[in-house]
Amino acid sequence: MADHGAAVLRVCRAILGAQDAEDAWSETFLAALRAYPTLRPDSDVRAWLVTIAHRKAVDGYRARRRAPTPSSEIPDRVEAGGAAPDVADEALARAVRALPFKQRAAVAYRYLADMSYRDVAELLGGSEAAARRSAADGIATLRRSYRQEETP
Amino acid sequence: MMYVDERELLAPLAGAGESAYARLRAGLAERADREGLLDVAYRVVDSPVGQLLLAATPRGLVRVAYASEGHDAVLARLADLVSPRVLRAPARLDVAARELDEYFAGLRRRFDLPLDLGLSRGFRRAVLTHLRDIAYGATESYSVVAAAAGSPAAVRAAGTACATNPLPVVVPCHRVVRSDGSIGRYVGGAAAKRTLLALEAAA
Repeated sequence: MADHGAAVLRVCRAILGAQDAEDAWSETFLAALRAYPTLRPDSDVRAWLVTIAHRKAVDGYRARRRAPTPSSEIPDRVEAGGAAPDVADEALARAVRALPFKQRAAVAYRYLADMSYRDVAELLGGSEAAARRSAADGIATLRRSYRQEETP
Repeated sequence: MMYVDERELLAPLAGAGESAYARLRAGLAERADREGLLDVAYRVVDSPVGQLLLAATPRGLVRVAYASEGHDAVLARLADLVSPRVLRAPARLDVAARELDEYFAGLRRRFDLPLDLGLSRGFRRAVLTHLRDIAYGATESYSVVAAAAGSPAAVRAAGTACATNPLPVVVPCHRVVRSDGSIGRYVGGAAAKRTLLALEAAA
């Protein structure tokens, strides 16, 4: 499980603010430790952990709104709070957090957690093609907003 | 603008965060321990024979591993054999670490901490149980060990039991030498065995 800890933390940070990401990470791994005995031995552990993290993220949003929200209606904006102090590139972290939730999550699950588009689609709801499009749109926006900021 | 690969674009997010990550892991281990979700706690300590991995179950110290055994491989094996709930939790190994420190300083002749011998069965376990009775600074031959463990003819098996001792140093398989007086083989390498025997002879 520890093999995936760093990857899951990157994912949490990409889709949440820094403090929420740490809470989500801890909750994810506690839940995973509780549930581990029920995991089938041939399961994709990282995808399983990201699934738990995704639910924790959704739960966190719901709790803050104090009203039930379907997972597909997570607010797009992440609360202020900045990136974790030791994230190398604050501008990139900011650009990622400025993406709409679905794009942000699709980019994180696909490129930080190396999940298949099929698994990403399952988490976000919708088709594989839609997941692919969300990730592509997110990356395109990041290329525009972030790389332009860097290259004169 | 130049084309950049997606992962290259996101690379700044992929690194970093070591200190926060270490803090999170420590916090997780503490909470998991409180909730009884921590089946194998481990830490790594420095010693005159290199870095030693120490791992404990709630029953006691279950594994001591030399760096040459590959600590990651040892942890993966513990995850398979004992439980996948393996976390770095230094506090759970404070007593073991302190006793090892004292031993390497020549101040301790006997380890009195709970051991979990669950990784060994049958004759191997009988051998380990006997090894704990070989006095500090003394040595025994493999044939004497085989006899003491109940099978005088099983000299080779006694050697295998020593070679696969899951708790080297603490269960003193280094005190078993060949009957011709030569030092014999050792899980941590012959040099480590010489170091331990010299330490015990000097103290």
